Amino acid sequence: MARIENAKSIGEWLDQRIAIETLKKVMQTEYWIPKNINFLWAMGMVLAATFGILLVSGIFLLMYYNPSVDLAFDSVNYTIMTEVGYGWLWRHIHGVGASLVFLIIYIHMFTGIYYGSYKKGRELIWLSGMLLFVLFSAEAFSGYMLPWGQMSYWAGMVITNLFSGGSLEAYGLVEWIRGDYVPGQAFLTRFFMLHVLLMPLMIIGAIVFHFGTLRIPHVNNQDGEDFDYAEAAELYKAGRVKESKVIPFSPVFLSKDVFVMGVYFILFFFLVFYKFEFAMDPVNFDPANGLSTPAHIYPEWYFLWSYEILRPFSKDIGLIAFAIAQVIFFTLPFLDRSPNVAPANRRGLFNVWFWLLLVDVLLLTFMGKLPPTDATFASIGAFSAYLFFALWIVLPIITKFEKKL
Amino acid sequence: MNKELKIFAVVAAFTLALYYGVEPYAHSQMHKHVEGHGLVYDGKADIEAAKDEKVKAKKEAFWADVKKISELKGDAVAGEATFGMCAGCHMDGAANMGGVTPPSLDHAGVLYDKNYLIALIKDPAMASNVDHKYPNGTMTHPMGSISSMVSAPQDIANVVAYLKEKKAGHVTPREAFKEACGRCHANRYGKLTQLGELPKTKSNIATGKDIDRMKYDQKVAEEQAAVAAYMGKLPPDLSIMIRARGEHFMHTFIENPQSQLAGTAMPRVGLNHEGMEKVMEFLEETGDPSAPARAMAGPWVIGFFIIFTILAYLWKSSLWRDLH
Repeated sequence: MARIENAKSIGEWLDQRIAIETLKKVMQTEYWIPKNINFLWAMGMVLAATFGILLVSGIFLLMYYNPSVDLAFDSVNYTIMTEVGYGWLWRHIHGVGASLVFLIIYIHMFTGIYYGSYKKGRELIWLSGMLLFVLFSAEAFSGYMLPWGQMSYWAGMVITNLFSGGSLEAYGLVEWIRGDYVPGQAFLTRFFMLHVLLMPLMIIGAIVFHFGTLRIPHVNNQDGEDFDYAEAAELYKAGRVKESKVIPFSPVFLSKDVFVMGVYFILFFFLVFYKFEFAMDPVNFDPANGLSTPAHIYPEWYFLWSYEILRPFSKDIGLIAFAIAQVIFFTLPFLDRSPNVAPANRRGLFNVWFWLLLVDVLLLTFMGKLPPTDATFASIGAFSAYLFFALWIVLPIITKFEKKL
Repeated sequence: MNKELKIFAVVAAFTLALYYGVEPYAHSQMHKHVEGHGLVYDGKADIEAAKDEKVKAKKEAFWADVKKISELKGDAVAGEATFGMCAGCHMDGAANMGGVTPPSLDHAGVLYDKNYLIALIKDPAMASNVDHKYPNGTMTHPMGSISSMVSAPQDIANVVAYLKEKKAGHVTPREAFKEACGRCHANRYGKLTQLGELPKTKSNIATGKDIDRMKYDQKVAEEQAAVAAYMGKLPPDLSIMIRARGEHFMHTFIENPQSQLAGTAMPRVGLNHEGMEKVMEFLEETGDPSAPARAMAGPWVIGFFIIFTILAYLWKSSLWRDLH
């Protein structure tokens, strides 16, 4: 056993047992972050904070939510909203948070794409981030089932139907997923389990992994500049902070994060108190009814772009296109053949590609919610879906011929 | 800093475009927009919507008669005597008649429009714009027998004058809902059933069973079955309908259900401005009960985060000042 002496302080006592001083250095004061960054680099911590808020508000909601097909709707809309003190506040925080977490995830993703933060050496940062995106999507979808309103029910019906595989007609698989022929008690209880246990556990694991992947390749910076971190760290420790290209995670980087979080929370709570309707679809205020299909079924806004990719094609091709769209972002580090690590605006055609992709995803999102019965909307949607795939096909070609910086 | 603001402007612009596209714009395209007609009940919308020429002519004649009666001067005292005919059915504790329980008219004078009341006494099915439900003549409406009791124009004018004068007085949002909507629609979050207020009952201590509640529940179930048989389906509970449909939809739907849902069995109830306001107030109360608490807490929470952000900015500035 290590030598343990009488400690003079709690810090020392802990240090003897769990090396808290070393831990602090490794995780905070000597975890080096590049200095040349902007507020978009705070999105990671904003996401961590939002996840924390979702977890805490979720725990409070869990105390009163009742996962039974007869009681779920009223436990959310009456018990929590009326009888539980500040229940409405926790629900609004949870609903708005679930929507905003995706907004920040998308900003975080497109920041990574713009600055080339997925390039050689940083592939695992990108891949673990995409894994988090998939896990958050599953978490969001399973959570959406819980109020057991019309949109919960019918979204559950439509999405689980996708697993029939089009012409494969694998209805056995669909029934296995639902635990019934149609969404019912078995369905609700298992999605409840996914939402409050399995998915959060996996998300927490993936977050730890995502942080871990940052350690060796280091965080990218605004110019994609590669420099000697050890040297820069020595300069900082020697007090020559102006010359050094790095800052410690805590407190310097964190102070900026906290400021950005402050701005974000002003927006967050403005939405919670005054503009929460966008996060709570009106259709879901009708209780689930298997005998009455709503006039329009659409997913929450963050799934609309991939939903729209499903729509313009015939059944089987649509499903394949949809499946590809779900995973195509994983392949980015491998389809981008250019070794350049630089912001898109210095990368010639890739810059055009980036903005086209962003606008295209936005267009797909718009069209995904509009009624497909309108010919104009349908053709804009189809065009955007074709463009989406065209962009991914040309990506290796344009990056292959990209001039080396 | 300047560069950061530019980046922020780009992010904000895309976020706002995203919001506009998936919220206000998408919703404006998803539902047909129906204009209200200012709670005026002159049959104009009914006549316009009529496809069959015969029906159209019938409606035109009907609403022309209503207009004539509305120009007569009603005598409230004479009306009170005639009202005795109405009170035979419209009384406290009335039983279901032909599918629906006759409503209390205690506040009819405040809640309903004058022209509408005239039309209703003249021909209930035509007034409530559900004549399509009675192919064997509108007199088969549960209230159709009124024509054999009160049919002379002056009598109608008198009864309406009586209602407007004596069945007025202050009405609460809850009473407005009960009288105008509550015989068909429950509001379980507001503790209202088709039979009115949910009674307070107690469980038997020895058995844990609430027998009075069971009896009441049975009565409600029977009433619901009668309403459902008459209406074609059980009219939905309205507890949070305002959240599901929005204020504009509810307003135009209540004003003329056919405008939003052609062919529906729901009658037009003829609310005037005050009646509509009261009913909507009750729907807001049960549908969005946290509104007052939000208004109280909102500024404090946002104020807290503004101060938090200012302090965070000062902290950040103090740490970053010497870095460049």
